[in-house]
Amino acid sequence: MKKIKTPLDKAQIEKLKAGDEVSLSGVIYTARDQAHKRLVEAIKAGRKLPIDLKGQMIYYCGPTKTPRGKTIGSCGPTTSSRMDGFTPLLLKAGLKGMIGKGSRSPEVITAIKKYKGVYFSAYAGCGALLAKYIKKAGPVVYKDLGPEAIHRLEVKGFPLIVAIDAKGNNIYARRTTKI
Amino acid sequence: MRKILAKKIENMVAELCILANLNLRNDVLATLKAARLKEKHSQAKSLISVIIQNALIAKKEKRAICQDTGMPCVFVEIGQKAYVEGDLKAAIKKGVEAGYKKGFLRNSIVHNPLVRQSPRYLPPVIHIDIVKGSKLKLTVLPKGFGCENKAQLKMFKPTAKISEIKNFIVEAVRTAGPDACPPYVVGVGIGGTADYAAFLAKKALLQRIESRKPQTENQKFANDVLQAINKLNIGPMGLGGKTTALALNLEIYPTHIAGLPVAVNISCHALRSAAALI
Repeated sequence: MKKIKTPLDKAQIEKLKAGDEVSLSGVIYTARDQAHKRLVEAIKAGRKLPIDLKGQMIYYCGPTKTPRGKTIGSCGPTTSSRMDGFTPLLLKAGLKGMIGKGSRSPEVITAIKKYKGVYFSAYAGCGALLAKYIKKAGPVVYKDLGPEAIHRLEVKGFPLIVAIDAKGNNIYARRTTKI
Repeated sequence: MRKILAKKIENMVAELCILANLNLRNDVLATLKAARLKEKHSQAKSLISVIIQNALIAKKEKRAICQDTGMPCVFVEIGQKAYVEGDLKAAIKKGVEAGYKKGFLRNSIVHNPLVRQSPRYLPPVIHIDIVKGSKLKLTVLPKGFGCENKAQLKMFKPTAKISEIKNFIVEAVRTAGPDACPPYVVGVGIGGTADYAAFLAKKALLQRIESRKPQTENQKFANDVLQAINKLNIGPMGLGGKTTALALNLEIYPTHIAGLPVAVNISCHALRSAAALI
C-alpha cells in the first residue's frame, strides 16, 4: 500500500497508478453539490476563494451529525459524477485530488490529465468504518449548508483506491462488459 | 374499534429511524455473507468484507451505516378496526425528527427543491394504506439518494416482448454502474399506472431477501433478470466481479389493456428498513 500526504505534490501524483491502494494522511476538505456551485461561482466572478485549493484534496462527503464524544459521524463518499460540471475549473484553480465514488465524465478525465491531478475512490457506503481514520473534523466554510458545508478533516491512514491517475487511466472504464 | 395513541406512533417511528440507520437488515447481511463465499474475484471478495465490517462497526459504535441517512420513507398500514387518537401525520413527522436527532443522523431534506436552502430533517415521504384487522404496522425505509437517483420508469406497449422488459431492467442497473454503491438490491414494480408502478418498485425493497428456487413464472422472470445483471461485471463498489446485485425483488399489480408500466428502484448495498406492529 502506497502512503501519501497532503498537500499533494507532483512527485507523489506521478507515482500513483489507477488501481493502486493508497493510505492518505493530512488535511482534506469536504465539498458536495452546493459548495461546488459556490466555489465555481466565486472563481467565475473573480472573487478570492474561502479556501486555498493549491495542492489540496476535496472529499465528496456530507457527514452525519457528530455523536457525543466522537470526532465525526458517518462519513463515506457521495456520487462523484454530480460534481463533474464543476471539477475542471477547480483543477484549473490548483486542486490536485478528488475523493468520491463512481465514474467521471470524459471532460473531467481530460482535465485530470491536463492539470496533473488524481481521482480516488473511497469505500462506497462504508461511512461508519471510514470515520475511524478521521482524527479531527469541523465545518470551516459555508456553514449555512449544514452537512453540505466545507468541513476540514485531518485524516490518518485513510484507505483509498486510485480510480483515475494523472495519465487518465481509469479503473471504471474497463469494467462493465456488454451482454 | 381499537384506540392507538398518536404519541405511541411518534415514539415508535423515532425508534425505527434509529434502528434502520444503525443496524443493517439481517437478510441483507446474510446475503452479503453468502455472496462473499460465491465471489471468485479476489478484490470483490475483500470489498464485500469491508462492507460487512462497516455494518458491524455501525452497530457496535452506534454510528449510521452510511452518511446518507436518506429521505425517510414511512409506510403505514392501519387496520380498519383501529383508529388513531391525535394527528397521525404530525406524529410521524415528530417521530422522524426526534429519531434523526437522537441517532445523530443527517438532515438531508431541502424544503423547496427549486430553492435549495439549509437542509432539515423533515418532511418524510408517507404512504398510508388501510388493511384488515385492528393493528397498525409502521415501516421506516431511509432511502439514500445515490441510488434513488438511478430509478427509472418506462411505459411499455402491451405487446412488448418479455426480453425487452428484461433488457430495460438490466440497462437501468448498467446505467447506475459503479455510482450508486453496488452490490445493489433491485426493486421492480410492474403494472398498475405510472405512479403505482414506481411505488411498487420502492415497496419491493421491503421484501425480505431469501434465496429460493424460483417456482412461479414471476419468480423465474426475477431470477433470469438477476442472473443477467450479475453478468454485467460491475461488482462490489463498481470494481468488477459477479456480485453486482444481491437480489431482485418484484412486485406485480394488474394493469390496463393498453399498457405495461415497468419501474425500477435501485437500492445500494446498505438497504435499510425497520418495521414494527402496534
